[in-house]
Amino acid sequence: MFKSKTKILQLAVTLSACAFLLVPTILSVMAGLTANYFKGISSGLTLKWIYQVWELYADSIFLSLWLAFACLICTLIIGLPAAYGLARNPGWLSRLLEEFISLPLAVPGLALALALLQLYGSMKGFRASWTFILVGHVLYTLPFMVRSILAVLAAMDLKTLEEGAATLGASPWQRFRDIVVPNAMPGILAGSLTVVTLSIGEFNLTWMLHTPYLKTLPVGLADSYASMRLEIASAYTLVFFILIVPLLMAMQWASARAQRIAQ
Amino acid sequence: MTLRLTHTAKTYPDGTKALLPTDLSVERGEIVSLLGPSGCGKTTLLRIIAGLETPDAGSDIWFDDDNVTALPVERRQVGMVFQSYALFPNMSVRANIGYGLKMQKLSKPEIEARVTEVLEMCQLQPFAGRAITALSGGQRQRVALARAIAPRPRLLLLDEPLSALDASLREALRDELAVLLREFDITAIFVTHDQDEAMAIADRVAVMSQGRVVQSGTPEDLYRNPNSAFVAGFVGNAMALRGRADGTALHLDGGVLSLPSDGGGQTVFVRAEDVRINDDGPLHGKVETVTFLGTHYRINLSGVTSNLLASIHAGQEAPEVGETVKLSIKPEALMLLPNETGGA
Repeated sequence: MFKSKTKILQLAVTLSACAFLLVPTILSVMAGLTANYFKGISSGLTLKWIYQVWELYADSIFLSLWLAFACLICTLIIGLPAAYGLARNPGWLSRLLEEFISLPLAVPGLALALALLQLYGSMKGFRASWTFILVGHVLYTLPFMVRSILAVLAAMDLKTLEEGAATLGASPWQRFRDIVVPNAMPGILAGSLTVVTLSIGEFNLTWMLHTPYLKTLPVGLADSYASMRLEIASAYTLVFFILIVPLLMAMQWASARAQRIAQ
Repeated sequence: MTLRLTHTAKTYPDGTKALLPTDLSVERGEIVSLLGPSGCGKTTLLRIIAGLETPDAGSDIWFDDDNVTALPVERRQVGMVFQSYALFPNMSVRANIGYGLKMQKLSKPEIEARVTEVLEMCQLQPFAGRAITALSGGQRQRVALARAIAPRPRLLLLDEPLSALDASLREALRDELAVLLREFDITAIFVTHDQDEAMAIADRVAVMSQGRVVQSGTPEDLYRNPNSAFVAGFVGNAMALRGRADGTALHLDGGVLSLPSDGGGQTVFVRAEDVRINDDGPLHGKVETVTFLGTHYRINLSGVTSNLLASIHAGQEAPEVGETVKLSIKPEALMLLPNETGGA
């Protein structure tokens, strides 16, 4: 009897926690699909708000996707050789460097943005271009890429594998291309998905760096909350969900896979 | 190919001398084993030959008439089997074996043909399409060998290729490896710390200790005529008979033994198979342990000399533990080697 009582209690706590998390989400999504939020569902369901969001904010959606893509390319170009270098030369200096790369994780995005503004704010052309936001995103997401690749590389005997390839006649570049990159792939994939997801969802830093003509998805979201009908703001949230949830799921899957390999 | 090393040495940045200046020649088709305890410099020497380690200035490495000292590893055309095999986990068995051929820029059909040939030689056909992770230890070892041999290297180097295997499998693969290496008809250098492995596989064994090659010769030669206490101890586990030599008589705790020559300034060594339990023997000792090993008993005796003396006893019955037995050792089985400070 006691046992089943605790079971019931457990179930109740679990269900209420789920409800606590899900009900606001569902309400928000429903609000975006309701013809008139103040009248409730009885006013009928509609896609018109979503259509309006698209009309008003399509640019910020495209900008966000473009930024995420550019950010991914940059973090790959910087992160893969960096992780490789750190994995090949373990030691206190590498540990220090790794911590240094990870610093943007500990510093609030606002502080990072302020530093960027102080340094580059006077360079008008750069300040007003999308590349300025890109720099912030790269700084913020780079540690995720480096650590994700490094974890996979550190788990294998990279040095001996490369030596094996070298004795078979592979030049340093061929070893990197044929051995290092394919074996680091799970880490690269997990890192890439993390970078794209973080870049699309980043608000803190972007909000400080953006100009009225350069709004990303989350900045647009804040803008719509502040200045639009509640229905439009909710529809925007729905659009955001549709974009970010599949990415988030893919990221979870890839990270789990990379971690299995890193063990 | 003949390999010639002159004055080859390796000093690490921290000052450790891993390899003292060494000269070594390996003839065409010869299989040489570098034998020694861990830390004796045998792997360093192998890695220097491969080009994975840079030797000190003044070292010279010759492959036939080419001085390869400054040549990077990828251009030395050596095949290497690593202790951990270093198989590429991102490639299948076939792709692993074909990788060296791909690096030589051979055409696709040529690579296919060559890989198939090597797969057959190493009896790996059933595993050709498998992933590396789906292979057993013995299969991996053979893939590593096949991969090293496929590009037809000038020289094959093997770094403890059997040490990652179970004891039973090791013995079977040891003989298989000896046969395969001769079938390949290739100059090979083989690093091991296991004297049985070295003896079973190599034409010639170079025994190494503390960064030096202390003796090099055929397995028989090393076994019968060791030139130092270290070689006698390491090859065939010879035991020292510590006592007081008086001309050709050696006074031990367990009796007096006659020597084939003057024992002054020499240490006397004997192997377990030459210590006979014999009722007319001049020595006596107390049986401490008796181990039955199928074809024979291994008996440890105390009281003969300062340390335990082992005897291989081939009889049907063994003496009891605690019993005192008489022993004899033929004078010609004794090895007299110059005294060595801190030697075996």
